[in-house]
Amino acid sequence: MAGTTVSGRLVWLLASVSARRVETPRSITLHLKADAWPGHLPGQHVDVRLTAPDGYRAQRSYSIASAPSRGQLELTVEDLDDGEVSPYLAKELQPGDQLELRGPIGGYFTWTEADGGPLLLVAGGSGIVPLMSMLRYRHDIGSMMPTTLLYSSRAWDEIIYRDELEQFGGDKGLRVIHTLTRSQPDGWDGYTRRIDAAMLGAVAGNPAPTSLAYICGPTPLVESVANGLVLLNYAASQIKTERFGPTGG
Amino acid sequence: MVGEFISRGFRGRGRDDPALAARTPPGQYLTKDFPVLSAGPTPHTPLSEWDFAITGTVDPPLRWTWEEFRSLPSETFTVDIHCVTKWSKLDTVWEGVSVDTLLQGVETEGMFVTAFSDGGYTTNMPLADITGGKAWVAVSYDGEPLAPEHGGPARLLVPHLYFWKSAKWVRGLEIMTRDRAGFWEQLGYHDYGDPWREQRYQGD
Amino acid sequence: MGERDDDQAVRLDGNVAAGLLTELFCCEPSEAVIVCAGCGAAAPIGGLMAYALEMGAILRCPHCDTAVLRVGVAGPTRWVDMRGAASMRFSIAN
Repeated sequence: MAGTTVSGRLVWLLASVSARRVETPRSITLHLKADAWPGHLPGQHVDVRLTAPDGYRAQRSYSIASAPSRGQLELTVEDLDDGEVSPYLAKELQPGDQLELRGPIGGYFTWTEADGGPLLLVAGGSGIVPLMSMLRYRHDIGSMMPTTLLYSSRAWDEIIYRDELEQFGGDKGLRVIHTLTRSQPDGWDGYTRRIDAAMLGAVAGNPAPTSLAYICGPTPLVESVANGLVLLNYAASQIKTERFGPTGG
Repeated sequence: MVGEFISRGFRGRGRDDPALAARTPPGQYLTKDFPVLSAGPTPHTPLSEWDFAITGTVDPPLRWTWEEFRSLPSETFTVDIHCVTKWSKLDTVWEGVSVDTLLQGVETEGMFVTAFSDGGYTTNMPLADITGGKAWVAVSYDGEPLAPEHGGPARLLVPHLYFWKSAKWVRGLEIMTRDRAGFWEQLGYHDYGDPWREQRYQGD
Repeated sequence: MGERDDDQAVRLDGNVAAGLLTELFCCEPSEAVIVCAGCGAAAPIGGLMAYALEMGAILRCPHCDTAVLRVGVAGPTRWVDMRGAASMRFSIAN
C-alpha cells in the first residue's frame, strides 16, 4: 500500500466487474478486478473512461469505497438523473463487463493512522464514499483513533452502507451520527435538518490541535461545513474538503 | 489493447437523432440543458460600476454605462451554440446589442479583436467575425436577464465559433492590428475555433 | 451559506485535478505546495480551487483567486502556464 502515490506515470488499466451490489434505491457498488492494480490509500479516487463505438469518450472521477487492507477495488456510484457516465455504471454495467480506469489518484484527501487525529468525517449523500474507505481501513487495522462521522442523508433508505456503519458502531472510539433531512422513520430521535453551525458545535466543538476534519459531499454542504468548522476554531490546515461538482455524472 | 477498448453498450448521450444531425457539428452531442463552464469565480460588478468599452486602435475610444448601453437598439435572435467540450444546444433565444451597432462609425485599421471580461478572461478572433450581423453583446437569455453563471449582466455571443469565444461577463472589445492569443488560446485552444471544421486545438 | 454565491456549481477542490497533474509531473502532486505570485499565500495543490476541468484545469489561490496553475488539455497535448505561481515545491522522498 505504501508508496502507491509516487509510482510515476498513470496508465489506463482494464478492469473487469466481478460483482455488483445494490446499496440504496439510487446507488450501487461495483467490485472490480484489475491485474495491475497497485493498491491505494483511503480517500483516493480513480478516473473512469468510457469509449463509444465511434470513438466518443467520456471521463469522470470516482472515489474508492473499499479499504486498501481488503485488497479489493470497489466503487460506489450514485445514479445521477442527468449524468452520462454514472447512469452507465449504475444501470448498464454487469458482472463480466470491462471498464477502463486509472489510479489511484490524489494524495491530499487521504487518511492513514500515521496522519493522526482525532478525526471528524462529515459526509453529504454519496460523499460518504471516500470517508467509508477511511472507516473500513480504521476498522480493519483495529485503530482506536477517536473518530466522529456526521452523515447527512435525505431519508433512512438513502443512507449508503447503513448496516455496515451500524456494525462499526461497536468499534472503540467511533461515533456515527446521522441526520435525515427530508423524511425520517417512525420513532427517529436523531437530527432532522441540514448540517448547521449548532449541529457542528454539538458534534465537533473544541477541536484538539491535532484534530483533522475531512468533508465530502455537494459543494454547498462542503463549504457551509468548512466555514462552520473555522468558526469552531479549526485551522484551515486541519480541514480537507472534496466537493462533488454537478458535472460529476 | 487498451486504447482500442470499447465500452459495451455505451453510446454517449444525445448523439443519435438523425433529424438533428445536420445541425450538429462533427463530434458534438445535443443537450437540452445549459451546462456551465467557468475558468474562475463569478464576478459581481454592480451595474452602477459596469461599463462597456471599445479600445485599442480605434478613434475615438468608446464607452457606455449600463444605462447608456441598455438604451442602444437591441434585437432578439435565435441561434445554435456549440461548446468545445462537445455539447451543442439548438435554438437558443437571446436579446442583445449587435456588435455592428457598437462599431457604427468607428474607424480602425485593426483586423483582430480581443474581448475582455471581469475576472481577467480574454478571447481573440478576427474583427470580421464579429461584424456583419454575426455577433452580439447579449443581456438576456430565454426572456430573462442573463444569469450570472451564464455571463450576466452581459456576454459576447459569437455563435458560429466555439462557445469559449462568447466571453462571459464581457466588459469590452480591444481592436488590434495583430492577433493576440486569449485565455484558452494560450492554453492550446484554437485561435479561430470553427466547430464545423472541428478546430478545437492549436493545429487543428 | 446565506451569502450570495453563484459559484457552488463550478468550484471544486484542486484534488480533483490530481489525475491530470500526475500526467505532467514526476509524481502525484496534490500535496505539492504552490506559493501564489499574487498574494504570497502558500497552499497545497489539493487545497486550491479548481475550475474548468472540462477544458483542462484552472487552479486558483484560495485566498486571492489568482490562477497559479493553468493546464489546457488539447487532445493529447498538455499546455501548462504557471506564471501565477511564485514557486512550487514537492518532495520526491518516499
